[in-house]
Amino acid sequence: MTTDTNPIAMTAITAVGAAGMPRHHLAIFVALFVFLIAAPFLLYPIFVMKVLCFALFACAFNLLLGFGGLLSFGHAAYFGMASYVSAHAAKVWGLTPELAIIAGTLVAAVLGLAIGSLAIRRHGIYFAMVTLAFAQMIYFFSLQAAFTGGEDGIQAVPRGHLFGLIDLGSSDVLYFFVLAIFFAGILLIYRIIHSPFGQVLKAIRENEPRAISLGYRVNRYKLAVFVLSATLAGVAGATKAIVFQLASLTDVYWTMSGEVVLMTLLGGMGTVFGPIVGAAVIVTMQNYLATFGDWVTIGQGIIFVVAVLSFREGIVGVLAKWIRKPL
Amino acid sequence: MKKMGFVLASTASLLMAGAAYATDVKIGVLNDRSGIYADIAGEGSVIAAQMAVEDFKATDKGINVSIVSADHQNKPDVGSNIARQWYDTENVDVIADVPTSSVALAVNEITKEKNKIFLASGPASSDLTGKACSPNTVHWTYDTWALANGTGSAMVAQGGDSWFFVTADYAFGHALERDTSAVVEASGGKVLGAVRHPFPGQDFSSFLLQAQGSGAKVVGLANAGGDTINAVKQASEFGITQGGQALAALLMFINDVHALGLEVAQGLVLTSAFYWDKNDQTREFSARFQERNAGQKPSMIEAGVYASVLHYLKAVEAVGDKDAAKVMAKMKEMPTEDPLFGKGTIRADGRKLHDMYLFRVKKPDQSKRPWDYFETVATIPADKAFRPLAEGGCSLVK
Amino acid sequence: MFELLGIPPQVLFGQLLLGLINGSFYAVLSLGLAVIFGLLNIINFTHGAQYMLGAFGAWMLLNYLGVGYWWAVFIVPPIVGVTGIVLERVMIRRLYHLDHLYGLLLTFGLALIIVGFFRQFFGVSGLPYPPPPLLTGGYNLGFMYLPNSRAWVIVASLIVCLATWFIIEKTRLGAYLRAATENPTMVGAFGINVPLLVTLTYGFGVALAGFAGVLAAPIYAVNPNMGADLIIVVFAVVVIGGMGSILGSILTGFGLGLIEGLTRVFYPEGSAVVIFVIMALVLLVKPAGLFGRSV
Repeated sequence: MTTDTNPIAMTAITAVGAAGMPRHHLAIFVALFVFLIAAPFLLYPIFVMKVLCFALFACAFNLLLGFGGLLSFGHAAYFGMASYVSAHAAKVWGLTPELAIIAGTLVAAVLGLAIGSLAIRRHGIYFAMVTLAFAQMIYFFSLQAAFTGGEDGIQAVPRGHLFGLIDLGSSDVLYFFVLAIFFAGILLIYRIIHSPFGQVLKAIRENEPRAISLGYRVNRYKLAVFVLSATLAGVAGATKAIVFQLASLTDVYWTMSGEVVLMTLLGGMGTVFGPIVGAAVIVTMQNYLATFGDWVTIGQGIIFVVAVLSFREGIVGVLAKWIRKPL
Repeated sequence: MKKMGFVLASTASLLMAGAAYATDVKIGVLNDRSGIYADIAGEGSVIAAQMAVEDFKATDKGINVSIVSADHQNKPDVGSNIARQWYDTENVDVIADVPTSSVALAVNEITKEKNKIFLASGPASSDLTGKACSPNTVHWTYDTWALANGTGSAMVAQGGDSWFFVTADYAFGHALERDTSAVVEASGGKVLGAVRHPFPGQDFSSFLLQAQGSGAKVVGLANAGGDTINAVKQASEFGITQGGQALAALLMFINDVHALGLEVAQGLVLTSAFYWDKNDQTREFSARFQERNAGQKPSMIEAGVYASVLHYLKAVEAVGDKDAAKVMAKMKEMPTEDPLFGKGTIRADGRKLHDMYLFRVKKPDQSKRPWDYFETVATIPADKAFRPLAEGGCSLVK
Repeated sequence: MFELLGIPPQVLFGQLLLGLINGSFYAVLSLGLAVIFGLLNIINFTHGAQYMLGAFGAWMLLNYLGVGYWWAVFIVPPIVGVTGIVLERVMIRRLYHLDHLYGLLLTFGLALIIVGFFRQFFGVSGLPYPPPPLLTGGYNLGFMYLPNSRAWVIVASLIVCLATWFIIEKTRLGAYLRAATENPTMVGAFGINVPLLVTLTYGFGVALAGFAGVLAAPIYAVNPNMGADLIIVVFAVVVIGGMGSILGSILTGFGLGLIEGLTRVFYPEGSAVVIFVIMALVLLVKPAGLFGRSV
């Protein structure tokens, strides 16, 4: 397999002025922000929060796949483990929500460091398999450990008071807290991909031997992006536990790892905004087509097939092609 | 706690007073429509709820009932999202069914928070009337304690006094094993051993061989759904029952027996709250149900949805209002009576009490017509069938 | 009488034999995956669904046409193989020039569609498939009771595995196949129809999955979800054996069946995860798998 047929290369981010964001990116961020401020008044806030959590998860995953060129098949491990720890911290230790989320995130980061340092020694499909293997072990641990509550999960997690002051019991207040986390997360990701670090990642993705010969310590960069991605996935998972007031095995199961790949692919991997769109589409389908049972599964399958066969760039990737600007 | 409920209830009734001329009731049937429980509590539960509304003749009585349904995919986050959305934006008053304990526990919490009503027919966890009990939940059909108790005590009484468990390695399986062991030992039997299999499992040969080697008189299957089906199928292959050991499935539905076929399932012992061929009333209902549900007879969960919705509507009629606290009080005060479970009561902790039955699956030559699967071994009277009120640790019980 | 860690030897033998029997399913399924990966470079995630199709094929033959098990063993695999050929011609073909990832995603999507439709039309409780008279009953081996159905599984899968190995390693057709794996352009230049070879290989790999499905029908419940979790395990088997290695996948299939069988005695809870622990270890120590060529 030669690098020029690497699909990931197709939607590469083109050079960006050092001064900051290109104007159209700024415009999209502002529009997104305005829309999300208005969203809880138009849509059901908990649903929007779910979309935000999954969108952040998909963006974190995309950081690794789309920009680092590494396909992890075990991202549910970080998402789910963070969700458990955050739920446990809020419920049993009685931590405030922001501390609970930080606790979950830290655990995801440590897990990411441990698993990443082993996995990055392998390439391609073997890398994916190592991550899958570790994710299965994490799943097994979650099933066995006492604090996770087995398949009942951790239920009735209190939303608590932000900084010990602001009551998050109301979904509207909670919404703006989640929105803040989401925006902080994606702006951080945006900053990472457009930093010198991000440029080195891109170089490694395009041609690893050349990056090595240029003197970059490739494995350190790979590990760094892996840990960042796992950490941000952890933020998403930990936040989700507070929003839904529960953590369960669904979040650590391998199908969750598959779902995040689907979201990223559908939205457009290697694009900044693609995963957000992908997550929104998938979560909307799961939510609003819930009455149709199996047809949701079939619909997801069809989306997969159509996306792979006819628009591999994803929704946002196709849009970016039309307007000839990276999105 | 009580005061809080009272305040909520009174504000709710104040809000509702304006629109009291006719009662509009919205029932949400939330269950698994694509996963492992779709056949025992999927579309069938929706049909059962509709039949309850029709049989009650709700419109004639000034109650407009609408029914919505959704698939929780056995995922607690999906289920709780739907439940919240139903309560917050779609004015759903009651959620019914909800198999899968993890989802049911989540819905239980949300229902309490939003002060609505949860008619739990699908879930097994006895925590729903124990440490997670709620003034807004009625646990209708069965629970792990009742299953363990029914099968455990009746089997020991029949001479099956040494047990070996094949247990699904998750909370539900552990609970079944723990509760059944306690009952077996309390009844004078002993437990020789147990093996935990991964969930979900496909191949049970190894575990069954260990059970066979133990020499126990009864092999208890503390698992559910596809696991039980596979385990029973392979038990027949390895000649467990032919070898003189009895096979007891702690949670098994008639649909599972249907899936296995009598050749394989014969001799299996199980506890259930309902069997379609029990009396004329159950037969009449089941025939109508079967016509609408692709030829499938009702499972005990579907029967429970029917009966619980019926009882709820009766309470709404009696109160003349759908205020959750008042209706709930009425439901617990009024004895229950329906064609499927007969007479019964609802306890303070939300536990619905009725007789449970120990059935044995018939041999193929004993089965006279389609779905003629069970013979009754024992009837466990309502007052003995469920966990005593004091032992549950429910905070509503003083 | 000696005991090993508290387990009497009879029990141990029994468990080892059972492990070997389970291993035969892994071997047949992973063999199919390995053949497909070797030539097509496609990670066939539809394999679990195709295994399910095999079991349903047998069930349909019996219930709709009254055709019994022994005919199904021969009829169903080719039919499942043909459905695979159609998929290959219509869809998978378009992805050969792309990254592995896309093949995996496409076949994953196809699996969702197939399983979804079967769940919609056949429900999820599963359907009964009575074993044929010849396979009921069994032998008492002294240390365990061996049902005929299981004995047949191990015999049938050994035959199929050996035959496949023989075809690929020892015949002219197999030589073309191996050559096309190495260098399709060159083989094409010798006048061999490589695309046809690729299509047939996919069909063959899928037929193997269908065959495993037929073997499973009388033993496990015929259920739309029967392949869903198995695929991940079989996938791990292929990776441990070395992607694309024929002999590797067969030996690893049986070997992991044995290891899983032992785990079921000593630490039953862990028997689902042991394969993944081994996979992680193998990949970290020997990246190309036990029998794979280095990458």
